[in-house]
Amino acid sequence: MPITCDFDYHKPKSLAEATKLLVRYKGRAQVLAGGTDLIVWLKEGMRSPEALIDIKAIGELKRLEIKDDALHIGARTTFAELIESDLVKKRFPILWEASRTVASCGVRNRATLIGNLCSAVPSLDGAPALLVHDARVCARGSAEQREIPISKWFTGPKRTALLTDEIVTGVVIPVPKKKTAGVYVKLGRYSGEDLAQVGLAVLIEEENIYRVAFCAVGPIPKRAAKIESLLQGKKLSDDLIRKARKLVSQEISPITDIRSSLEYRQLMAEVMLERGLKAAAARLLGKGPALGESLL
Amino acid sequence: MKKTPIQLMLNGVKRQVEIEPNDVLVDVLREKLGVKSPKIGCDRGDCGTCTVFLNGRTVRSCLVLAIEADGAEIVTLEGISKHGPTKLQKSFVAHSSFQCGFCAPGMVLSATELLQKNPKPNRGEIQEAIAGNLCRCTGYAPIIEAIEDATKK
Repeated sequence: MPITCDFDYHKPKSLAEATKLLVRYKGRAQVLAGGTDLIVWLKEGMRSPEALIDIKAIGELKRLEIKDDALHIGARTTFAELIESDLVKKRFPILWEASRTVASCGVRNRATLIGNLCSAVPSLDGAPALLVHDARVCARGSAEQREIPISKWFTGPKRTALLTDEIVTGVVIPVPKKKTAGVYVKLGRYSGEDLAQVGLAVLIEEENIYRVAFCAVGPIPKRAAKIESLLQGKKLSDDLIRKARKLVSQEISPITDIRSSLEYRQLMAEVMLERGLKAAAARLLGKGPALGESLL
Repeated sequence: MKKTPIQLMLNGVKRQVEIEPNDVLVDVLREKLGVKSPKIGCDRGDCGTCTVFLNGRTVRSCLVLAIEADGAEIVTLEGISKHGPTKLQKSFVAHSSFQCGFCAPGMVLSATELLQKNPKPNRGEIQEAIAGNLCRCTGYAPIIEAIEDATKK
C-alpha cells in the first residue's frame, strides 16, 4: 500500500535543530523514530503530516544508563536494546518482561519504548511497568524542558500531555530504594505478535507495599488505586486476593472489540491479578516463576 | 514530489536510487532495485514476509521508508545465499519445511538472525524468533525442526 500523503523529510543531528523544525511546521510535523506505528498510520491515511522529523541521527537520544539513582532511557532506545540489556533485566525486570511481549523480534528491532508511549494506544505493553515504577516522561520544547509524571501522561486513547512544539527525549525511572519484585502479565490471543487484550503489572516492595497497573482495559493505561489501598501493608493471603479480585470491576472499563469480549477481559483481569500478585510475592522471596515465563 | 537520490549497500553492492520521501523500502527494493525476495503480505508489520536485514538487524521493510535507509547496509535472502544455500537453508530443504514458500525468505532471515545471536537456541527461543513470521501452510512444525536441526550438526 503506497503512502499517499506528501511530506518533507528531515533528519536533524541535534535536539535544538529538531525543536526548531517542530516550531517551523506549527504542529503539522510528526516525529519519526522506529516508525512501526507511524508508517502504518501514514499508509492508512490516519495521519497526514507536512513533514517527518526523523530523530535517529540525534546522538543524545541514544541512552540507556543508570545515573543519579534512576534509569534513563533515551527516545531512540528500541525494545530489542531493552531486552538485551542486563541492567534492565536485573534492576527493572517488569519492564524487561513487558518489552519481550511487544510484537515480534523484527518489530522490536525497530520499535522504541518512547514511540510506544507517544502512540499512546490503550494496549501499550510498556505503560503498566512505567506506571508502577512512577516513571517520568522528559519533554523538550523550543523554550524549555520539563518532566511529566507518567500518571499525567496519558490523556485519552492516542492522546498525551505532549505539546505540539515538544519532543519526548526519554523516560526516567527511579531505582527502587527497597527490595522489590514484580511481574508483567499479558493476555494475547496467541504468543507473539498480538496486542494485549489485558495487560497487568504488579510491583511488590518489602514490608507489603503494592503497586498495580492495567493496560488494554480502559481508555488509558492506569494504576489501580482502590486495589492498591486495599492491599497496602497487608500480607498476601487467599482472603485478601479474593477481596482484591472483587475490586477489579471498579478499576477497569474494558470494551468488546475484535480481540475479545468485555466479559472475557473482565474475568481474565481478575485471574491475572491473582496470579500476578502470587508470582510477584514469590519472586520477592527468591522463588516463583522464571522471568519471562507465561502465567497464563 | 521532489526526487532524492539515496545510496545503500545492498547485498554487498553499492547501489544508488532516486526515491521520494514517502516511498516505502519494500516497494523500492522490489520495484526499483530488482530484489524480489521480500514479499508484500499484510503490508503492516504483522506477517514478516518483507523481512530484511537493515544494519545487521531484521526489520519489517514495509514499515521503513526508503529514505530512512540512506547510507544503510541491507541484506536480503539473495545476499545471505550469495555463495549457495547456507547450512540453515539446507536444513529447511531437508525437512521440506515450506509448501508455497511465500513466508520462506522472511523465515530464513529471522532464523538466521536468531542463530547469529544465539547459536544454541532452545525450542521456546526458536518459537519466539519466528513468532512474527506467519506461515499458513505448514503449522510451523517442520520449520522449527529444521532450525533445531541446523544448530546440531
